[in-house]
Amino acid sequence: MAKKTTKKNVVLMQGNEAVARGALAAGVNFFAGYPITPSTEVAEILSVELPKIGGTFIQMEDEIASIAAIIGGSLAGAKTMTATSGPGFSLMQEGIGYAKITETPCVVVNVMRGGPSTGLPTKPSQSDIMQARWGSHGDAPAIVLYPNSVLESYELTIRAVNLAEKYRTCVVLLSDEVLGHMREAVDIPEINESKLIKRIKPTTPPEWYQHYPDNAKYISPVASFGEGYRFHVTGLTHDSKGFPTNRSDEAQIQNERLKKKITHHLDDLVQVEDYLMEDARVAVFAVGITSRAAKEAVRSARSRNRKVGMLRPLTIWPFPDNVIREKFKNVKAVVVPELSEGQLLNELKRVLRKMNIKLYPIQKTNGELITPDEITQAIKEVRK
Amino acid sequence: MKIPQKTVHKFLRHGKKFPHVWCPGCSNGIVLGAIIRAVDELGYEKDDMAMVSGIGCSSRMPVYVDFNTLHTLHGRAIPFATGLKMVKPKMNVCVVTGDGDSSAIGGNHLIHAARRNIDLTVIVVNNNIYGMTGGQYSPTTPTGAKATTTQYGNIDPVFDLCKLVEGAGATFVARTTAYHVVEAQSLIKQAFEHKGFSLVEIVSACPVIYGRLNKKGTGPQMMQEMKERAIPLKAFEKLPADKLEDKYSRGIMVNIDKPEYTAQYQKLIDSLQPKEGDK
Repeated sequence: MAKKTTKKNVVLMQGNEAVARGALAAGVNFFAGYPITPSTEVAEILSVELPKIGGTFIQMEDEIASIAAIIGGSLAGAKTMTATSGPGFSLMQEGIGYAKITETPCVVVNVMRGGPSTGLPTKPSQSDIMQARWGSHGDAPAIVLYPNSVLESYELTIRAVNLAEKYRTCVVLLSDEVLGHMREAVDIPEINESKLIKRIKPTTPPEWYQHYPDNAKYISPVASFGEGYRFHVTGLTHDSKGFPTNRSDEAQIQNERLKKKITHHLDDLVQVEDYLMEDARVAVFAVGITSRAAKEAVRSARSRNRKVGMLRPLTIWPFPDNVIREKFKNVKAVVVPELSEGQLLNELKRVLRKMNIKLYPIQKTNGELITPDEITQAIKEVRK
Repeated sequence: MKIPQKTVHKFLRHGKKFPHVWCPGCSNGIVLGAIIRAVDELGYEKDDMAMVSGIGCSSRMPVYVDFNTLHTLHGRAIPFATGLKMVKPKMNVCVVTGDGDSSAIGGNHLIHAARRNIDLTVIVVNNNIYGMTGGQYSPTTPTGAKATTTQYGNIDPVFDLCKLVEGAGATFVARTTAYHVVEAQSLIKQAFEHKGFSLVEIVSACPVIYGRLNKKGTGPQMMQEMKERAIPLKAFEKLPADKLEDKYSRGIMVNIDKPEYTAQYQKLIDSLQPKEGDK
C-alpha cells in the first residue's frame, strides 16, 4: 500500500501511549486514575501532558474515587477519562452505572489482564467482555470498543470520547496487556477539529431546561454545572428534570431512554472489520489482540486457496448481531479464538442460534496468546 | 403564589420537591437552614454553589436547594466533589454527608481529601446511626448504645470525626450541634470562607430511630441533651477528668493556613506554560 506520508509523523509507539495521545487529541482535559498494571502508562503520560495544556491530572486514592472524580469533572464540563485493569474495573462498576443513569459523558479504559481477582497482572486476557457489558447492576446498555493495533488504539480512543459526548454515557475502551505494551510504527493521523464531538449546549431558558428530555433521537443538549441551569443529578431513577421519582410511568420512560439511545443508533455505533469474508465458507471470529493471529491464519489459508475469512467487531457492545448474521449467511463453520472461557462464543451462539453454523472454540486463559498456527490447525480440522 | 418571606425561601426549589423526606424532630432541616443562611450572608451566587452528597438521610439535602446539586453514590460524595472542584476551582463546593457515609464507606475519601487540603466544605450531619436503612450502628454510634444491629449494645469504639480529619491534614475543623444553630451558621460560613479542606461536624438528633432505640425521648429532649453535653472548647479543656464523661467539645478545633490543592495545581500549570522569550 503506497503511503504519501512524510516520515515525520511516523513514530514507534506503545498501545497505552497511543491511548493517552488519542485522549489528548480528542480533547480530554481531565483524568483521574489509580495505578494498576498493565494500564499505568496511560496515567503516567497524561500526568505529564495534561498540565502543559491547562488540563488536570489527579491520582486518586482508589479506583472508586477515580470514576467518581471523572463523573464530577464531566458534570463541570470537562471531557474526562480514567484508565484501569480488571480489579480496578470491578471497583468502578458502581460508578459506571451512575454515569449511565445520570447520562454523564466519560471514558473508562480497561487494559485487560488475566483474572479472576488479582490473577495474572502482566499477562493478557479478554475475559472482561461480559463485565464491560453487565458489570454494573441494572439493565443500562453499554458502548464498548476494542482495537487491535496501536494505531487503532489511538483512533478508537478518539471515537470513545466522541461517542461518550454524543450519547451522554460512559464509554468503555477495552485493550489488553499485549496491545497496551506492544510497540508498532504508527503514522499518527492529523485530527481535524471537525471530527471531534462536543456535547451540545442547551439554548432553552433555565426554567424550561430538562436534563433528560423525552425526545425521539435521545441525543439531547446537556448543560454543565455553573452555566445557570442549576439542575439536579442523582443516581436514583429520576424524571425528565432529574429529580428522583418513584412513579412507574416516569421510571419506564427514563429506562427506555437509556436503552433506545443505543438501539436507535446501531448504524452509527456498530463497527466491524470484514477481512476476505465475501466468498468465505469458514470464518474466524475474533476481537482485539487475538484477531491479529486470526488474520495471519486467514492469510495463510488463503495462500492455500482455502475460502476462509475473518470478521472482527471493533464495537463489542452493542453486539453487531445483524452484521454477523448477514456476513455469515454462506458460512458453514466459525472458529472462535478468545482469551476467555467462551464469553464471545456464548454471545455468538445467541446470535447464530437459528443458523446452521458449527462453532469451533479455541480458548486460553493461561496468560498466553493464541498463535496463528493454532488457528490454522483449527481451520484445517473444521474443513475436514 | 405567596411571595416568600424568609431567607431560606430564596434558595429552596419549590414545587414537587416538598414535602421533604425527613421525620419529625430530625435535625437535617436545621442544618440546611444554617447552610442557606451562611451562603446568603456570604452573598454567593446560586450558580456558583454546588452541593454534593452521598447516600443517607442528610444526603437527600441537595434536592431541595436551588444550587448545582449532585446526589451521588454511598460514600463517594467527596471524590465526585473533588473532580468538580478540579475542573471548576472557582465554584464553592459544599459536601453534605452523614456519619456512616463520610466515615465508614467514605472514610478513605474523607482522609485523602483532607490530606490534599482541597477547598471543599464538608458538613457532616452526625446523628450516630444509619437512619435511611432503619437504624443500624455507624462508626459514631456510642459504645453501649442500641441500634438494630446492636440489639445487645454496641461493642465498637467510636470515631472522633474532628480528630480523624485533623490527623489527616484538614486545615479547618469545627464541631457544633443542631441545638446551637447560630453557631452552626457561623462555623459553616467560616468554613466556606476558609481556603482549604474544611469540615464542620454537626451533632444532630434522630429521635424517631436512634432516640427511640436508646430511650432518648422526643426531638426537643434530644436537643436539650445537646445543649447540656456540648461544651465550648475552652471550657471543655478546663474541665476536670471526672466531669468529661458524656461531654464533648464544640467550637473551632483547627484553623490553619496551608497551600490549597487546586491553587497548587494551577501553579503547576502556570510553571509549564511557555514563557516570553522561549523558543
